[in-house]
Amino acid sequence: MVGIVSYGAHIPYHRLSRAEIARAWGTAPQPGEKAVANYDEDSITMSVAAAMDCTTDINEQSIDGLFFASTTSPYLEKLAATIVATAIDLRRDILVADFASSLRSGTMALRAALDAVKAGSANSVLVCAADTRLGYPNGDAEMSFGDGAGALLIGSDKVAVEIENAYSLADEIIDVWRSDKDQFVRSWEDRFVRERGHGRVVPEALGAALKKFNLTAKDFTRLVCYAANPRLLESIARSFGFDAKTQVQNTLFDSVGNTGSAQAFITLVAALEEAKPGDRILFANYSNGCDVFALKVTTEIENIRNRHGVKRNLAAKRMLNTYQKFIVWRGLVDTQPPARPEPISPSAVALWRDNKGGLALYGSKCKQCGFIIYPAQRVCLNCQAKDMGEPYRFARLTGTVTTFSHDNLAASIDPPTTICAVDFPEGGRIMCDMTDRDPNEVKVGMPVEMVFRKIGTSGNIHNYWWKCRPLR
Amino acid sequence: MGSIKNKVAIIGMGCTKFGELWDKSLNDLIIEAAYEAYQDAGIDPKDIQAAWFGTDSSAWSGYALAAPLKLNFKPVTRVQNECATGSDAFRNACYGVASGVYDIVLALGAEKFKDTGYSGLPDAPVTTGKGVHTSTESTYRNATFTAPGSFAMMATRYFAKYGLAPEEGKRLLAEIQVKNHYNGSLHPKAHFQREITVEQVMNAPIIAWPLGLYDCCGVSDGAAAAIICRADWAKKFRPDPVYVKALQLSVARDGMINPNFDFAHVEETYRAGQAAYEEAGLKNPREEISMAEVHDCFSITELVIMEDLGFSPRGKAPEDVRAGRFNLHGEQPINTDGGLKCFGHPLGASGIRMLYEEYKQLQGKADTLLNPGKPSRQLKNPKMGLTHNLGGIPPAANISVIIVGNES
Repeated sequence: MVGIVSYGAHIPYHRLSRAEIARAWGTAPQPGEKAVANYDEDSITMSVAAAMDCTTDINEQSIDGLFFASTTSPYLEKLAATIVATAIDLRRDILVADFASSLRSGTMALRAALDAVKAGSANSVLVCAADTRLGYPNGDAEMSFGDGAGALLIGSDKVAVEIENAYSLADEIIDVWRSDKDQFVRSWEDRFVRERGHGRVVPEALGAALKKFNLTAKDFTRLVCYAANPRLLESIARSFGFDAKTQVQNTLFDSVGNTGSAQAFITLVAALEEAKPGDRILFANYSNGCDVFALKVTTEIENIRNRHGVKRNLAAKRMLNTYQKFIVWRGLVDTQPPARPEPISPSAVALWRDNKGGLALYGSKCKQCGFIIYPAQRVCLNCQAKDMGEPYRFARLTGTVTTFSHDNLAASIDPPTTICAVDFPEGGRIMCDMTDRDPNEVKVGMPVEMVFRKIGTSGNIHNYWWKCRPLR
Repeated sequence: MGSIKNKVAIIGMGCTKFGELWDKSLNDLIIEAAYEAYQDAGIDPKDIQAAWFGTDSSAWSGYALAAPLKLNFKPVTRVQNECATGSDAFRNACYGVASGVYDIVLALGAEKFKDTGYSGLPDAPVTTGKGVHTSTESTYRNATFTAPGSFAMMATRYFAKYGLAPEEGKRLLAEIQVKNHYNGSLHPKAHFQREITVEQVMNAPIIAWPLGLYDCCGVSDGAAAAIICRADWAKKFRPDPVYVKALQLSVARDGMINPNFDFAHVEETYRAGQAAYEEAGLKNPREEISMAEVHDCFSITELVIMEDLGFSPRGKAPEDVRAGRFNLHGEQPINTDGGLKCFGHPLGASGIRMLYEEYKQLQGKADTLLNPGKPSRQLKNPKMGLTHNLGGIPPAANISVIIVGNES
């Protein structure tokens, strides 16, 4: 049996209400809010967060592949999957690939992972889908787009959700697109997009898939399907005999927004959080065609309930008080630069040497005296033994804030910068910034967890490292 | 291990006015400090046999000192050791004389920060996060360190450790700054010569919580110079030379990565202080050190230094601050010229500027530097002065401690 062994999700801590966007532009308010990636988040960091959630209690070294799916990879040439794989500490003899250019990239990667596991070329593959798409300022897409990531571990052992069958359809149309010259997503007239895009292709694919699967809508507890907005799904669901109110999984449009490539995964994770063993889910995703999967939940689902998933991610939030903050975070306006020299670009050579230390957050533990330290030291600080350190990973540990400051002088996209010293239970101290926090909640002695973030971009190299955040 | 005690003496010193010296170049500052020192020592520039030039980031090599002073073909070493740069130039110059190789040398520190257009310090760790404080090399994978943020963490921890509510802690620190501003108001070479009140300090904008604007020293241009000679020659030049009793430097980077560092003290200051007292043969610094110029880059730094140097018992500096022990005419005056708070901190110059104050006080000439109509700055019969610099940040410091006295 091949299927989903585990799931995870990441929904950014910050949300922006659509009423605030409307206020900023002087337009009519719309209901709901959207999740907004912090200024230090992108599709890579969100994938790491979802992947870390997905691999809770799972030995990372047992995973044979990592697929990264997004239309918003921070790199157009250079793999994102290797950054994610290194950060979550996978082996190097694994399959990696970036799936790009389509909102269907996540399910395309899922299909590839499924086929790889079925073919025996990998025992398990982790698939991450993430997006931080930009709509034109004061446009419909700006209102609807949200940021987020989902992760699914595909394997054949301890399968929590069997993937019984799969069907794919390819379809050429220019309905929603972004050229290599565009910053913002474009779309053709909305009636054409609706009627000759999603509204034509999804029913066609679902019909063909059910026929191929030899199943009908009555065999399914739930329909999980991508939709740019929730209204699109209702008539399609009804036409197949699904009850639109009870059987169509909410796409989180009002709480997260349309997360693009990640939406299908995030919506599926939300469905699985509620699913019971024996439930069947019809899972579909649209963009230049359609991927359809028949899923069946097993009893193993009960063993992966401790993920942050959608529920816990949704519960932890802080509203952005202004639209301006959002456009500053996305780099859409130039604010007054600090009276400081330009940041110096990191050295690609030094970054390469630091893959294990910086990306996977390994320090060292002295084999002679047991002293734990970050970054790894060749000469032990405690006993001076030379080259006796063994790798010691901090990424999943809970630390304690020993001291902190909220620094208004530090050059930051979102001052103040909260800098802290974090001490770990077995030993080790990491001085790092704190992210996703309300300054008022920061206290000496508070517990924090480590999160993978972009600490800067200079020389057009995105520099990733770790920060801490209040334990969620 | 030997000792520097009474092997070398300072026979002349010079110091420019510190401040935003828009109309002066680095060369102007060097020339003003050096020629004041030459004149004070009564020597000819040609008498200088070697020089040590301290600058953090205003120049690269010894040439930058040799060129304006025309020290043609003489050995000049450029020294950089963060905020201890000036003190370390002085320290190395003293060793040059103590070695017996040179008889008369120049130590000069200078910095021209205000040409950069930057607010705050222009050096790398402050502005770019360059990982000089850890072993992160040039990955820049580091916390966002600034000078105020780094020292503010010490305030947060000191308050937490000793149970001071933030308001109470800030008020205590404010008293230190009111004292330093009073001292600076008397001194014609200080950058800031205005008195302030506790309320002004409390109400100032926050720079890095819990530190506000008046908790932070300024950024200034300035230069200071010392002429150092063999102790046995000193009285040939002047009746009141000042003798070097101890030169210590303590360097570690541990606190950044070692949870044993508590952030409520600076271990390197403690170590450098203990080593200096031993070198100078002092047993009780609270009684034997007449006065000190310490590295008050931030208010919290001065508070913690009082404990690390043994002027106050651990956790008791707040009591001494409130009792006025460190005031200008208190039992142990600290930063009698206004300190970094009022002079600002041109890194290369600060250490030698501190010595300039101790030198003048030890000679009984402090009131040659007094704003008109102000009460005397001169301390009564000081015997031993101490200077202290903190390079780096509390968990990763280079500490210089120098002790000078007026008796050989």
